[in-house]
Amino acid sequence: MMPTATEIEALRARLPRAFSPSPQERLRRVLVWGGAAALTVYCLYRFGFFTWNFADGVLKFGSVVVAQLFPPTGWDQLPMFLRVMGETLAMAFLGTVLGAIVAFPLSFLASKNMMPFRPLQFGTRRFADLLRAFDYLIWALIFVRAIGLGPMAGIMAIAIVEVGTFVKLYSEAIENLDRKQMDGVRAAGGNRLQIIRYGVLPQVLPMMVSNTLYMFEHNTRSASILGIVGAGGIGFLLADRLRAYELQEACLIIIMVVLTVYAIDFLSKKLRERIIGDGHRPQVADDLPQFAEPKAK
Amino acid sequence: MSVSQAAAQFERQYAEYRRSKTVWTVLFWALFVVCFVVSLVVTRFDVVALVVGLPRTTDFIVKMIPPIGWSTFGADVDEWYWGIGKWLNSLLNTLLMAYLATVLGTTIGGALSFLAARNLVKSYAVYWITRRVLEIARTVPDIVWALLFVLAFGIGPLAGVLAITVHTLGAQGKLFAEVNENVSPLPIEGIRSAGGNWLHEMRYGVLPQALPNYMSYTFWRIELNVRSATIVGFVGAGGIGHDLFTSIQLLYFADAGAILLIVVATIMAIDMLSERFRHRLIGKEQLSQ
Repeated sequence: MMPTATEIEALRARLPRAFSPSPQERLRRVLVWGGAAALTVYCLYRFGFFTWNFADGVLKFGSVVVAQLFPPTGWDQLPMFLRVMGETLAMAFLGTVLGAIVAFPLSFLASKNMMPFRPLQFGTRRFADLLRAFDYLIWALIFVRAIGLGPMAGIMAIAIVEVGTFVKLYSEAIENLDRKQMDGVRAAGGNRLQIIRYGVLPQVLPMMVSNTLYMFEHNTRSASILGIVGAGGIGFLLADRLRAYELQEACLIIIMVVLTVYAIDFLSKKLRERIIGDGHRPQVADDLPQFAEPKAK
Repeated sequence: MSVSQAAAQFERQYAEYRRSKTVWTVLFWALFVVCFVVSLVVTRFDVVALVVGLPRTTDFIVKMIPPIGWSTFGADVDEWYWGIGKWLNSLLNTLLMAYLATVLGTTIGGALSFLAARNLVKSYAVYWITRRVLEIARTVPDIVWALLFVLAFGIGPLAGVLAITVHTLGAQGKLFAEVNENVSPLPIEGIRSAGGNWLHEMRYGVLPQALPNYMSYTFWRIELNVRSATIVGFVGAGGIGHDLFTSIQLLYFADAGAILLIVVATIMAIDMLSERFRHRLIGKEQLSQ
């Protein structure tokens, strides 16, 4: 039976908190949302959204930039673009592999269950955090100045960040080891090396390979923009064409990058599913968070 | 089946398993070595350049921290951070850029996410087009958007805000759409049966279920956008990245070091704050990590 309006009124009078939050709570909400809105308006003002310059820019973006992007041209340069795209992938691959090779031994130092000397374990972890704290582009800028323009700088930038990422991911995998398998090998008379070979590696290797593949996928994206600061790869051509207003050629390059990223994503996902079953994705700093699936009710 | 037969069968199967495993391993390593060698050739990998360049890199990094004596600590730091006023202003710009881009991108992306959820829109065309728009916005890196916006809006933070906004709306739209697709249909049906229209269904049926996840994605996005906002300055789109770019280009290492320190401290502080907020808002158990 539906309650009548008077009954609802009576309930509302008797249990005000069930119908609306307390005055303090309401005040708090007004302050938080009002503050956020005020800050937004201030930012819009500060960055010039309320100026004619902004209106001009919008028109220019529509009429000059977007209109001139299509249709993509420069097909005669396609072989060159494809070669540089290949260079981009190679940069991502080498950077990831070099990072993984350096990170592998370090990750054992950074694991609590492998490294009993705590200061060294802690220090390795913080060192890895530090490498990871700087963006690829910042490292690329530094390496471009030190080693010179070209893909080498890009490879080093990716490798350095990846050392940081892999030390974190690998050592987390190592710390999640199941001790029983190690104990089993020891009980059967295995020495230290055999414990690592038969008790540790089979547990951590699939996870490590999967994480490495995922970072390769991730680094394909990074490698395609590193060229913007001169560190090799397709980003250099892209920035060059954009700055020279060769927008249609730039459009072709952007399409190529997007398609390549899709293709690598797809391949890497398929491979990772083969290696560890589910589509596990490690969590890294500049990546999307993983939440528990919302429960279907 | 006798025991010896069973043992023989086991041996046979095990040998076969070992064989297929070996084949896969060999194939994997062969593929790996081919990729590795091809990559070395394609990138003209030069060990000599590396050996020469690496000490220079460490040299650069060492030079980023000027000599600071104990007795003259204050004066040295003061001299190192001679541009602190200018840099803090750039930092403020960077943070506000990230904030504005997150707000704008989340608002637009959030609105589009309802059209990009298969369970919430009837028209497949609307769903498909929205999904593609979000995909383009997300897949083109924000620094490329920044290059494009700099062409139209000129050098300055405005281009950076727009670039990060576009990237954010693509990412948020997709993530929110996934949240929307996972909501329970029961409240929606209830509102429909009580006579609610599509907007009512979204507001009272979907939003209350999805809001906690929206919030955590948004706080996460703020962290990412602060990082982006420090980078877009490299192509002239404002923020502290511009100061960093110039100082490294001009080989002012002490300046670069000072700015990098500010950037890293800020990013770490934002990460910590945002994590705390996320945990307070949705409770620790909902985050898988």
